Amino acid sequence: MKIAVCVSHVPDTAAKINIGAGNKSIDNTNITFVINPYDEFAVEEALKTKEKFGGEVVVISAGNDSNKETIKKALAMGCDSGVLLKTNEHLDSLATAKLLAEEIKNQNAELVFTGKQSVDFDASITGQLIGELLGYNCVSVVVDFKIDGRKITAEREIEGGKEVVETALPAVITTQKGLNDPRYASLKGIMAAKKKTIEEKDALPQKSYSEIIGMKKPKPKEPGRIIGEDLSAVPELVRLLREEAKVI
Amino acid sequence: MAEKILVFLEQRNGQIKKASLEVLKLAYDISVKLNAEIEAATVGSNIEMLEDAGNYGVKKIAHFRNEKLGYYAPNDYSKLIADYTDKNNFTYLLLSNTSLGKDLAPRVAVKLDAGIAVDCTEVSVIDSELHLTRPVYAGKILCEIRLTSQRKVITFRPNIFKAEKVSDDNAEIILNEIAEVSTNNKVVEVKTSENKLDVTEADIIVSGGRGLKEAENFGMIEELAKVLGAAQGASRAVVDAGWRPHSEQVGQTGKTVSPSLYIAIGISGAIQHLAGMRSSKYIVAINKDKDAPIFQIADYGIAGDAFEIVPALIEEIKKIKSN
Ligand SMILES: Cc1cc2nc3c(=O)[nH]c(=O)nc-3n(C[C@H](O)[C@H](O)[C@H](O)COP(=O)(O)OP(=O)(O)OC[C@H]3O[C@@H](n4cnc5c(N)ncnc54)[C@H](O)[C@@H]3O)c2cc1C
Ligand SMILES: Nc1ncnc2c1ncn2[C@@H]1O[C@H](COP(=O)(O)O)[C@@H](O)[C@H]1O
Repeated sequence: MKIAVCVSHVPDTAAKINIGAGNKSIDNTNITFVINPYDEFAVEEALKTKEKFGGEVVVISAGNDSNKETIKKALAMGCDSGVLLKTNEHLDSLATAKLLAEEIKNQNAELVFTGKQSVDFDASITGQLIGELLGYNCVSVVVDFKIDGRKITAEREIEGGKEVVETALPAVITTQKGLNDPRYASLKGIMAAKKKTIEEKDALPQKSYSEIIGMKKPKPKEPGRIIGEDLSAVPELVRLLREEAKVI
Repeated sequence: MAEKILVFLEQRNGQIKKASLEVLKLAYDISVKLNAEIEAATVGSNIEMLEDAGNYGVKKIAHFRNEKLGYYAPNDYSKLIADYTDKNNFTYLLLSNTSLGKDLAPRVAVKLDAGIAVDCTEVSVIDSELHLTRPVYAGKILCEIRLTSQRKVITFRPNIFKAEKVSDDNAEIILNEIAEVSTNNKVVEVKTSENKLDVTEADIIVSGGRGLKEAENFGMIEELAKVLGAAQGASRAVVDAGWRPHSEQVGQTGKTVSPSLYIAIGISGAIQHLAGMRSSKYIVAINKDKDAPIFQIADYGIAGDAFEIVPALIEEIKKIKSN
């Protein structure tokens, strides 16, 4: 079975983010970019599925040249080949999903894994969009995944519990923490990745559905106060919560 | 021609969610400014007191009913809502950014060839258009956007907008019995965590971190949560250690919350943790290190030992609750 994994290349979660010139994007200088944390669960699940049932895993990323680092990371974990859909523009979620869906179709992949969320624009919708665009079934925010022939049973996390979903191939699964423990790339894996190919394709221009008007930083919070350093501060804390904040 | 807004009302166990009523009231405010009409639609089996949603400013609610649609069935839900939006020419479809809303909205957007804006926390009407603000980069940046497509699908973050009643009127319910539903791709069972309030739905959250030393010590966190009627949260450090389930993790790779009150106990306040809870209305920190970064964003702090402070806090709150 051909399995596709979509990975995005995002600022390290510890990065300080500043707004770039023009106020419509961030300033990339001095930021380390990494594989999107949720996409590591997607890569791991794809590899586990391949190990069980055989097949091939292709990793796909849409973005600029630097996304190759993230594709390489997935190859070092064990994916077989990579595709970079090259664009220097900022694409909205729908435009990105259309590019990815088109490539998944090219690759004839019947099972697709994406992360549940990309920690740059935090949209949490790309997997569902791809599923809908391709007419594949889609289960989002998955913490448990089983496949038996063409039948899939997945658990998705919801408020205060989990939903058990029954579905079938072809399918898109978006992965959530708890699904698996992503493997580290071994030295052997890193060496092997050097020989794997990353195919580069110029992304076709896509229709845009939205426009960024501007970015700003949230208002910094007024520094609070430390009421005390021991037990004696407790009554005052409770009084403040009741009378000043009025939250209890 | 007046523009039309459709609000999707989400039900769980036959009850309309509070998060949907927040969106309904917000839609009402927007409709006044846009001079637009509002309607609502919902999918499910039997829904209790659906007409009461009229109190939040909607006059007409379409209910797509089938016994088998009580649980979420993405293929059916998205088709029913997209068809209804399309046939009745709604410009806007508004939903709450709950786990169901996040899953449903993009599917409907594709079916309608609509632009989509998710998890919005601010909205303003400028030249008869909606400008939407949404947190990006884990809330480090706020991004203002507008949708340029003809049809627009928008989801709003729960707990940000208030669900206030605007009238005493009931809504008219248009019942549509759905004869056939798909058999594939649907929820077959819901496993609820024993009566636990979810952090994303709670008004108060009590979170514990590595400062609590071991899993057993979370008993006092649970008790404090209980006396406050709060949900329990956790830092990633204690989730990774296996002390707490990952459904409780708050932060950049956990849940984003905005309760009225967030109490962080034995949590240092790493940037990834702050990302998930910085929009809480009030933040309390209890940490024995007075230089811990959590105090930078806390409204009130006690720089002391959690093992001493928390039991006293439980007693003090019990005292005032019994008065
Ligand atoms: C990609 C990535 C994603 C991440 N996502 C998240 C996320 O979603 N959520 C998250 O929380 N973290 C996340 N992290 C981890 C984050 O960087 C921190 O490591 C984590 O938040 C620390 O948890 P903590 O505050 O419980 O532990 P520590 O940082 O170890 O802090 C423990 C605190 O307890 C205090 N303490 C000790 N003893 C006591 C006592 N007796 N009484 C009171 N206080 C005491 C200490 O002073 C200290 O401040 C992420 C990291 C990465 C790299
Ligand atoms: N530019 C991209 N290239 C490849 N995959 C992407 C891209 N953007 C998003 N994805 C995938 O879609 C998931 C959800 O992203 P989002 O909907 O943007 O939060 C991510 O975890 C990735 O797996």
